[in-house]
Amino acid sequence: MGLALLLLIWLITLVSTYFFVAKTWWLPVGASAAAGWIDHQFALTFVIMGVVFLAAQLLLGYIVWKYRESPSSPPVEYSHGNTTLEVVWTVLTAILFIGLNLMGSNVWASQRFEPAEAGAVQVEVTGMQFAWYFRYPGADGKYGKTSVKLMDPSAGGEAAVGLDTSDPAAKDDIVTGTMYLPVNREVNLNLRAVDVIHSFFVPSLRFKQDAVPGLNIPMHFKPTVIGEYEIACAELCGLGHYKMHGMVHVVSQEDFDKWVAAREAEKQ
Amino acid sequence: MATPASVHAHAPQGFIRKYIFSLDHKVIGIQYFFLALTAVFVGMFLSLLMRIHLIWPTASLPLVGTIQPETYLSLLTMHGTIMVFFVLTTAPQGGFGNYFLPIQIGAPDMAFPVLNMLSFWTTFVGFVVIICAFFVTGGAPLHGWTGYTPLSALPSAGPGEQLGADLWITSIAIFCIASLMGALNFLTTTLDMRAKGMTMMRMPLTCWSWFITAILGLLAFGVLLSAGILLLMDRNLGTSFYVPLVVVNGQVMGHKGGSPLLWQHLFWFFGHPEVYIAILPGMGVTSQILSTFSRKPIFGYRAMVYAMLSIGFFGFMVWGHHMFMSGMSPYSAFAFSILTMCIGVPSAIKTFNWLGTMYKGRIRFSTPMLFAIGFVSLFVSGGLSGPFLAQPVLDIQLHDTYFVVGHFHLIMGVAAIFGIFAATYYWFPKMFGRMMNESWGKLHFFLTLAGTYAIFMPMHYLGMAGQTRRYSQFTEVAYQTKLLPLQTFMTYAAFITIAAQFIFVINLFWSMFKGPKASDNPWESTTLEWTTATPPPHDNFGGVTPVVHHGPYEYGVPGAAKDYVMQTDPTTSTAH
Repeated sequence: MGLALLLLIWLITLVSTYFFVAKTWWLPVGASAAAGWIDHQFALTFVIMGVVFLAAQLLLGYIVWKYRESPSSPPVEYSHGNTTLEVVWTVLTAILFIGLNLMGSNVWASQRFEPAEAGAVQVEVTGMQFAWYFRYPGADGKYGKTSVKLMDPSAGGEAAVGLDTSDPAAKDDIVTGTMYLPVNREVNLNLRAVDVIHSFFVPSLRFKQDAVPGLNIPMHFKPTVIGEYEIACAELCGLGHYKMHGMVHVVSQEDFDKWVAAREAEKQ
Repeated sequence: MATPASVHAHAPQGFIRKYIFSLDHKVIGIQYFFLALTAVFVGMFLSLLMRIHLIWPTASLPLVGTIQPETYLSLLTMHGTIMVFFVLTTAPQGGFGNYFLPIQIGAPDMAFPVLNMLSFWTTFVGFVVIICAFFVTGGAPLHGWTGYTPLSALPSAGPGEQLGADLWITSIAIFCIASLMGALNFLTTTLDMRAKGMTMMRMPLTCWSWFITAILGLLAFGVLLSAGILLLMDRNLGTSFYVPLVVVNGQVMGHKGGSPLLWQHLFWFFGHPEVYIAILPGMGVTSQILSTFSRKPIFGYRAMVYAMLSIGFFGFMVWGHHMFMSGMSPYSAFAFSILTMCIGVPSAIKTFNWLGTMYKGRIRFSTPMLFAIGFVSLFVSGGLSGPFLAQPVLDIQLHDTYFVVGHFHLIMGVAAIFGIFAATYYWFPKMFGRMMNESWGKLHFFLTLAGTYAIFMPMHYLGMAGQTRRYSQFTEVAYQTKLLPLQTFMTYAAFITIAAQFIFVINLFWSMFKGPKASDNPWESTTLEWTTATPPPHDNFGGVTPVVHHGPYEYGVPGAAKDYVMQTDPTTSTAH
């Protein structure tokens, strides 16, 4: 019985570890400035926790097999514990866990405590059941007014976000269902939701932030690789949650300018 | 020791007073146990339907028909709610705690037997109410067990958000009231009803775990109850605690100025301690069983008590780690993150001490021991994904993915369930006077351990690859569709694991009537429940009040006649 248990625990441990180490399934290739940092912190955590996982499980399997009761096994050691050992592993674990945590904190700080760089591309992201809309402020750099009274989700586009077309600042606002971003430029997002909570998740860009009704949440990041990336809603928002899907097209600055010009032309 | 006036010398005779509205903590414990057993089969059946729908979304099932995306979300909501409240909170604390806390501390009953009966029947009403949610117009709610507002606050936000959602929150509120009554009873009993010589530091670790769980319950359920009442008011009385100005489907709702994040703060202020409410009793019973079946004193009794106390203490200061992506202040994420890492420390201490207990022991592989060893393995596996999720920067990738689902299922789902199985196999002889079948028990263990790892370990891979949770289908997002083969594997693993649970149920009921008669102390354990008759008499000790002379885990004492010394043994001298 001890041997069967040892084999099962070791087998589970080694098979689980194999798929982690072989990276059969792994984080998607990162395509933003923060990806390198995040992936580094992930890898560091992964190595430390992986070693602890292997050590603890293999030891558990070994101990249950080694100390199984048999007619020849020696009497047990009558011990109530060891205070020195308790102190040692308490302190070691505390240093390891808290140290690991602090190492990751600078990435969080740079993304969330500091505002976006000057000259960042401005995009407003609006989530609603079950679509994403992206609004660019246009040449004037100002978003036009929106109003809940004007919102008409079934019409899509400008009407869906309730754009007040009588506002002069709204004249050059672009509203689209697909996000376009220039590569290597910081993006300053304003996240909003009109009905329930949604979450704007782009795995390849290592970006996730909830969009909450009643809040306007600013957040910034910098895509670094040209490509098309999928958006998946990450907060349960109703029956169509699974199909609240969108695309981010990261293009060259030149292509981005062309795309903006074409959208402005469409509006006229 | 105080003896409450309501403890009768004579057992009640009528069927109803004896088995239905009983004041006997043992009967109430068994009632809780069977309520949880019913609930776990409902919850498991719901998860089976979910696993089938994920792989074969258009399949037409007998009785159920074809599962729609909204039905999938209802299944998910009800699975989570039923499992967390009516299984993981009900069985370890209400079931085994009720039955064995008084006996293990040498008391004739709980401090407040009437309150005890009331708390069970209130829980029962809560269960009936939540089951009703399946059968009302619109069906069960789809907002998930966390019920995030405004989705859960707006009847027009989706199917199931009408009467079904009202029943859901009402059921939870009823459950909170029942748990508050139970918590008061556990605390008073532990503090006031201990037998002579049963100092706090001589209590079995199971009693410590029930005691600390009761403290957590007293502080947490009150908050959830209040939060639930506010939600009911938002839904039915037009208040706006949780709902700002929103537009659903082009209709402006009548709310203004509420905060969706308020619900998350209140919910998780309950929700995080809740995971310890589910797992602490499992830790207690694992410690008890590892010591008993290793024939060795528990390693570091005091460290174990302090570890549980600090887990309970820190458990109230980490709720914000569920909200790193919510729009909460990013500065507070720092504090929540560090405090969460702090919880890892006492958890690691417990693991070290469990290994230390088995080290140089003489391990007997009875079924309770197998499940306790399985608990340790699962606790390690589920625990080590915690330090990933405790870091806000890694949550950018992992939050609301299957990585989280894998993490909490391993630790507060399966590990806690292994604690319940271990307790069932361990105490069944005392509760029902017969032994369970060991061969069936071992088969059940091996299938369940392998099966649960096969279901929940791959969830970590899926989460890293960005598979979002609570998706009823993976057909709409291209990168997620590629992950379907792994989902298919998990569904097959779930079939086998669920089938294996019938071995347990058959063993349970068969042994209840046909199992070999159990002696008073079949496992050669040391704690007080093994000093009394099997099953124990109405007043637990047959008119005798036990006197305690030793700590709870005196195994392998040099010079003792046997390899264990009962807590009540007046002659042998021990170190604790």
